Amino acid sequence: MIVFLARRLVFMLLTMLAVSIILFAMLEVNVESIAVRVLGAYSTDTQREIWLEANGYLRPIYVRYIEWLGNFLVGDFGESTRFNTRVADILWPRLGNTGLLALFTFGIMIPISLTLGVFAGMREGSRTDRSITFLSVITTSVPEFASAVLLSFIFVFWLGILPGTSGFTDGFSLREMILPVMVLIIYDFGYVARMTRASMAEVMQSPYIRTAVLKGLPYRRVVMRHALRNALIAPFTVIVLQINWLLSGVIVVEYFFAYKGFGALLLEAALNNDIDLIQACAMIAVIVAVGTQTIADIGYTYLNPRIRFT
Amino acid sequence: MTDQTFETGPGGAEERRPNALIRGLKTLALLRESWMASIGIGIVIFWVLVAILAPVLAPYPYEQQIGPLVNAEPGTCAEPDRPYFTDEGMERTTGDECYLLGGDNLGRDILSRIIWGARPILIWAPLATLLAYTAGIFLGLLAGYKRGWLDDILSRVSDIILSFPVLVLYVVLITVVGRSNINILLAVTFASAPGIMRIVRGLVLDLRNRDYVAAAQTRGESSWYIMFVEILPNARGPLIVDACLRLGYTIITLGVLGFLGLGLPPPDPNWGNLIAENRTVALTSPQSVVFPCIAISSLVLGLNMLADGLREISLKD
Repeated sequence: MIVFLARRLVFMLLTMLAVSIILFAMLEVNVESIAVRVLGAYSTDTQREIWLEANGYLRPIYVRYIEWLGNFLVGDFGESTRFNTRVADILWPRLGNTGLLALFTFGIMIPISLTLGVFAGMREGSRTDRSITFLSVITTSVPEFASAVLLSFIFVFWLGILPGTSGFTDGFSLREMILPVMVLIIYDFGYVARMTRASMAEVMQSPYIRTAVLKGLPYRRVVMRHALRNALIAPFTVIVLQINWLLSGVIVVEYFFAYKGFGALLLEAALNNDIDLIQACAMIAVIVAVGTQTIADIGYTYLNPRIRFT
Repeated sequence: MTDQTFETGPGGAEERRPNALIRGLKTLALLRESWMASIGIGIVIFWVLVAILAPVLAPYPYEQQIGPLVNAEPGTCAEPDRPYFTDEGMERTTGDECYLLGGDNLGRDILSRIIWGARPILIWAPLATLLAYTAGIFLGLLAGYKRGWLDDILSRVSDIILSFPVLVLYVVLITVVGRSNINILLAVTFASAPGIMRIVRGLVLDLRNRDYVAAAQTRGESSWYIMFVEILPNARGPLIVDACLRLGYTIITLGVLGFLGLGLPPPDPNWGNLIAENRTVALTSPQSVVFPCIAISSLVLGLNMLADGLREISLKD
C-alpha cells in the first residue's frame, strides 16, 4: 500500500513537473514575441532589446525556467502587468471565490446526480430510466454559455427575479450565486448521473443481487444494502474527475456572469498577454487537475479491493 | 500465397465490397430501430442542409447592416424611407426589410447570420475532429499493436496532455499561437488526439490477440497491413459512437472559444461569435443571443442523440 501510494505521488509530481516545463516552454521560448506583447507592436527593436535585457530574458531558457520554478514553489508568482500588482495578491482571493463556486456546485450536484443515476439504473429500460437518460442527453448538449444565456433570459430578462451579474459589488450575496451554480450543475450533472446509472445497472445484473431478490428480500433493502455500496464506487472517481471539467466550466461561467474568480482571471490574463499571470493560473489549474486525478486513483483503489496494489 | 484458402482473409473482404452501398443503406435503416438516433440524424441533416443551402435560404447577406433595425425585435420591419449605408453608398429603406428573428447590435439580420454561421461550424468542427482522429488512430494503433517503449512514451505523453483542464489548454495554446482557423484546428487536434489514442489503444489491446490477427501474422503480412486492414475495421463500432460525441464536443469548443473572444476571427458569423458580439445587449435585446444559443444546442443535441442511439443499437446486437 505504501509503495503504491509513493509511486502514485512520485508520478503525480513528475507529471506536474513535465507540464510546468511544457507550459514554460510554450509561453517563453520565443522571447521576441514576449517583448512585442508587453511593449506593443509599435515598439522599436532597440526598445525590445533593452526591455529583454533588463528583465533577464536574454539568459538561456533553462536558467529562466529553474528560477521561475524556484520562485513558484515559494509562492512568488511574479508581477502582473495587467493588474499592476504581485500575481499572488490577486490570484489567491480569486481562487477562493472559485472554490466557493465549486463548493456550491458540488454540494448540490452530487446528491441530485447520484439519486437520479441510482433511480435510472435500478430498473434498466424502465420509463424512469429512459426519461432520466434523455434528460441528461439534453442537458449535456447545451454548452455552458448557451445555458447561461437561456437562463438569464428566463430569470433576469423575463421574470426579473435574479441579478444578471455576479460581481459581488455589495459583498457576498446568495442570490448572485444562483445562476452561475445552476449553469455549472446543468452541464455537469448529466455525465455523473449517466455514469452512476451505468454502474448501478451493471451491479443490478450481478448474481449476488439476483440471489438477494430470489431469497425474497424486499426490493428496497436489496437496493439500499446490497447494490448501492458497489454501485457507488465508479461514480466516486467520476465525481472527483469532474473537478477537471469544472475548471474549464468556470472560465465560461465566470466570464459570463462577471464573477470575480480564477477562470475569469486566466481568461483576462490570456486576452491581455499577461505572461506571469497566465503561467501562474495555468500552473495552479494543472496542479488542481493532476492532484484530483491522483486522489481519484488512490480513492478508487482503496474503495475497490479487487484492484491489487501494483 | 493463395488468397482463396482464407475465407476471412483479404480475399473475403473484397468479395463483399460490391455490396458496400447496400450495407451503408442497411446501416442507415438500422437507425430506425432507435427513435433517439432517428431524431438525432434528422437534426444533423437539417443543419447540414441549412449550411449547404445558405446562399438560397438566407434572406439577407450576413454582413448587411440596416441601421433602423439595430436590436430590432423578432418579426419587426423597418419603417419606410429611413437611411442606411451599404457598400455602394447610402440607401433608403423601402419598408420591406423585415427581420424574422430580429436584428443584432449592428442591425444585421440574426436569421441570416445563424444560417451562414452553420457553415464555419460544420466545416471546421468535422475537419478538426477528422484530423484529431487521424492522429489519434495512428498513434493508438502504434501504441496498442507495437507495445514496448513506444507504447510507454505515447501513453505518458497523452497522460500529461490529458491532465490539462481542456479549456485552460486551449486558452494557453491560442494565446501563444494566435487566433486563426488553422491554429484553432491544430489546437483542437492537439487537445483531443490523446483521448482518441487512449480509446484506440484500449480496443487494439483487446483485438490484437484475436485469431484473424494471428492468421495474418502467420501469412507474413506487414504490421501496417495488420493494423489498418485487420484491426482498425473491427474497432470501428465504439469509434463511430465516440466520433459523434466528440464532434458535438468540438462544436461546443468552437462555440465556447468564439464566445470567449478566442475563436474563429471576425467577421466570421460562427454562432459563438454571434453570442460574444451581442453579449453587451443580451439583457435588453435577448433575441440576438438566444437564437444562436438554440442553434448550437440543437446541433450538439442532434449529435449526442445520434451517438446515444447508435450505442443502444450496437448493444442490442
